[in-house]
Amino acid sequence: MEKCIACGSCAEKCPKKVDDPFNENLAKRKAIYVDYAQAVPLKYAINKDECIYFQKGKCRACEKLCPTKAINFEDKEEKVVLQAGAVILAAGFKPFDPSIFPTYQYTSFENVVTSIEYERILSATGPYQGHLARPSDHDKENKKEPRKIGWLQCVGSRDINKCDHPYCSSVCCMYAIKEATISKEHADYDLDTAIFFMDMRTYGKDFEKYYERAKEKGVRFVRTRLHTLEEDPVTKDITVRYVDEQGNIQVETFDMMVLSVGMETPKELVETAKNLGVAVDSDNFAETGIFTPVETSRKGIYVCGAFQEPKDIPYSVMEASAAACGAKEGLSSARGTLVKERTYPEETDVSFQEPKIGVFVCNCGINIGSVVDVPAVVEYARTLPGVSYVEEGLFVCSQDTQEKMKELIKKEGLNRVIVAACTPRTHEPLFQETLRDAGLNKYLFEMANIRNQCSWVHTKEKPEATEKAKDLVRMAAARAQLIQPLPQPTIGVDTKALVIGGGVSGMTAALGLAEQGFHTYLIEQSNRLGGNALMLSKTWRGDDIQAHLAEMISKVSAHSLIDVYTEATIKGATGFVGNYETTVSRNNEDTTLKHGAVIVAVGAEEFKPKEYLYGEDNRVMTHLELDEAMKKGEISGIKTAVFIQCVGSREPERPYCSKVCCTHTVKSALKLKEMDPEAKVYVIYRDIRTYGQREELYKEARDRGVIFIRYSLDGKPRVEKAGSAISVTIKDHILFRDIAINPDLVVLAAGIIPRDNNSLAQMFKLSLNEDGFFMEAHAKLRPVEFATDGIFLAGMAHYPKPIEESIAQAKAAASRASVVLSKETLTVEGVVSHVNEVLCRGCGKCVEACPFNAINLMEREDGRIVANVQEAMCKGCGSCSVACPTGAASIFHYDDQEVLTMVEAAFN
Amino acid sequence: MSEGFEPKIVAFACNWCAYSAADLAGVSRFQYPPNMRIIRVMCSGRINPNFILKAFDSGADGVLVAG
Repeated sequence: MEKCIACGSCAEKCPKKVDDPFNENLAKRKAIYVDYAQAVPLKYAINKDECIYFQKGKCRACEKLCPTKAINFEDKEEKVVLQAGAVILAAGFKPFDPSIFPTYQYTSFENVVTSIEYERILSATGPYQGHLARPSDHDKENKKEPRKIGWLQCVGSRDINKCDHPYCSSVCCMYAIKEATISKEHADYDLDTAIFFMDMRTYGKDFEKYYERAKEKGVRFVRTRLHTLEEDPVTKDITVRYVDEQGNIQVETFDMMVLSVGMETPKELVETAKNLGVAVDSDNFAETGIFTPVETSRKGIYVCGAFQEPKDIPYSVMEASAAACGAKEGLSSARGTLVKERTYPEETDVSFQEPKIGVFVCNCGINIGSVVDVPAVVEYARTLPGVSYVEEGLFVCSQDTQEKMKELIKKEGLNRVIVAACTPRTHEPLFQETLRDAGLNKYLFEMANIRNQCSWVHTKEKPEATEKAKDLVRMAAARAQLIQPLPQPTIGVDTKALVIGGGVSGMTAALGLAEQGFHTYLIEQSNRLGGNALMLSKTWRGDDIQAHLAEMISKVSAHSLIDVYTEATIKGATGFVGNYETTVSRNNEDTTLKHGAVIVAVGAEEFKPKEYLYGEDNRVMTHLELDEAMKKGEISGIKTAVFIQCVGSREPERPYCSKVCCTHTVKSALKLKEMDPEAKVYVIYRDIRTYGQREELYKEARDRGVIFIRYSLDGKPRVEKAGSAISVTIKDHILFRDIAINPDLVVLAAGIIPRDNNSLAQMFKLSLNEDGFFMEAHAKLRPVEFATDGIFLAGMAHYPKPIEESIAQAKAAASRASVVLSKETLTVEGVVSHVNEVLCRGCGKCVEACPFNAINLMEREDGRIVANVQEAMCKGCGSCSVACPTGAASIFHYDDQEVLTMVEAAFN
Repeated sequence: MSEGFEPKIVAFACNWCAYSAADLAGVSRFQYPPNMRIIRVMCSGRINPNFILKAFDSGADGVLVAG
């Protein structure tokens, strides 16, 4: 495996074509293959069951062609025993197989595809190269571009009739909207897209806006359940009959029908869990608790992602970090004990030397050499100014070449090295290590990409590819004359953390850090810890929140590494990753705390409704008020109750879903039914969003006789006083008639609104989204980090979410923060910005341009205002140098002269 | 335009996206004409308008900023 350079020659020549499972068997691959182009590690493998040699004893074509002799037919399966202190299960899910539904005919109707197949169809690296085409005729001459595509939701989810999956798969509504939207963007004609759904569950951050935008773009949303798909035997079109919301029968014909398949745990994973002694629930997901969302039933084994419960990418990423936090808490005493530190010889000072460039041109086996005339490039390189040594290599990245390169650097006195080979994105670090081992600064290195961006993409144009390779080497050599050694200073890290907010998220984050051994300051503005959870009674799984909360508070208060500051506010903050100073004000007294990382967990609050008689009649209350009244035993003798959903949510002025209210309502409705099974309980809703396994609670509520009545924004319920009684009027969505209810309790599912986060955002230079919630660095992949290094985000300050998700995110934030805090020093990269103070006039353009808040203005001793770069925060993007009107700001390693020289050299 | 005209194109590619996309095009063996010379930068925000003018001044027929 070490020898494979992923050149692909083997797969090119392999005579055996087989179905490609990565492309959902819609395309072919060879018996020797990589799963997909971005696979890590990028190494080819042989499928024994498909390989002609293994099956028939003859062939071995790949072995003959492999330039690095990487093919090993004798390779055997190995059993490896690993010693580990913790285990994390992140084994994911299997898309539901819809073959079992006779009425959808997935296996026989060619143009009925699963959503995963459709993802591949849309992908540029997919079976049809990203062209919108139908499986039935994509390879035919008279192929039909699909003009009309339908999506059928909840296939294998929310279904106990055929497939025993009572849960909602949580992600299908969003991906169906995404696929429909992308398809419309993709088609250069008016593509008709329709999504057939039961409840539209766009409950995540910014999801509701995405749904609204899709409607604006013309994606049709049809609330119905398709029972049967029919195929035209000639055209292979799919016809459906359904009843629309008005009760009329509709018949539509589609070119393609996509089945939005849900998630399920693969059987083998259930078996693995059993072998590990990890309990799974009735839906085959790992059993976890609301307050321990990533801990399995077995101590030391953690779970994250869809094996815990169906979930999307951001929450899988959060749980992954949370599981890491759990593992690190248990292993903190062993942290760093297996780390071996590497040493390098002292760097030779070459700053006053004339450039002596060594050029190594790689053949990469035949990957470059078969297209580019490598000897000609070598000869050409010898003629370039500054170049004093040139060598050709079969594989310049091989270990023996590294040794040789080190010797040559010393022997020939080289002070710049160029490797003309593959891409710096994969190989620059390797060669930079070689330079460091030879006593050269790692920035004295340059690459010319003559494989990925030359020989591989111009295979038929050999002379032109050779010319291009020469040009690329010339450009590299021109730049190499200018590059300079750069320092990589280290800065100290303060290993303490600051957590802002003393609710469930803040306390979880503080405990996560303290359990890992990091001293933590926990700041709470009110006079007690607990936050919103103080007002809640039970979780949707029935746990007593107050008991858990009390335990958490006592743990935090007693922890020797947590300093709690109640009735405290943040007055100001300065510093950067590893070195923050924050001023905390308490009892009119200011304290300055020094710390290396910050976790923002300031929470959010319940919206105070302005409609439905709220505040005018004490029988009308919000969820938190109901919970509080229930805790005090004030709710009794309720005969008729009405819950109204989306109060203050999903409205034009607050266009987001508050995520927790549907489940809260269903749970409270069940509680009322439990208190009096004869009580009439009505839920007036728009979509019931009991995602994941919360769906089972929704089903239970219907079973127990809770009546669900749907409304739309243009037909909101009316709540009025009728004498001493309350009257709720709503148009029933089945009868199309107004019905009036006289409840003795009206519960408003009031949305969740952000706190006033502006001043905190300004102090720490953080961004807020349009709705006022804090904005993470990346919605999918960095959900607990801010764009500014060393600051992390958790809980409802990010977006409304239930306790289990707040805890997972808080543990994730603690985990990410510990990455900073566990280092004694931070190494600053050499490619950073710097400001020439003589030229700087302190206009602040660079401060505005910097996306990482790495630049601020400071007053010099002589009183002049100049820009100051905090190198530890600089990512070297160079935006400042473009914004700077005087040329004071520039970027090491990519300064104007270096780039302009390359531009010029491109044409010589 | 005379027959056989081959434009010279300079591309400024962001290290984190466009440059790696160009690498991936190679891994996937997508074929495209050999008229382009890619210059790697750390961010498309690094592209000073001067760079583009310089490219045209040096003889480029087209400039691609990708990031």
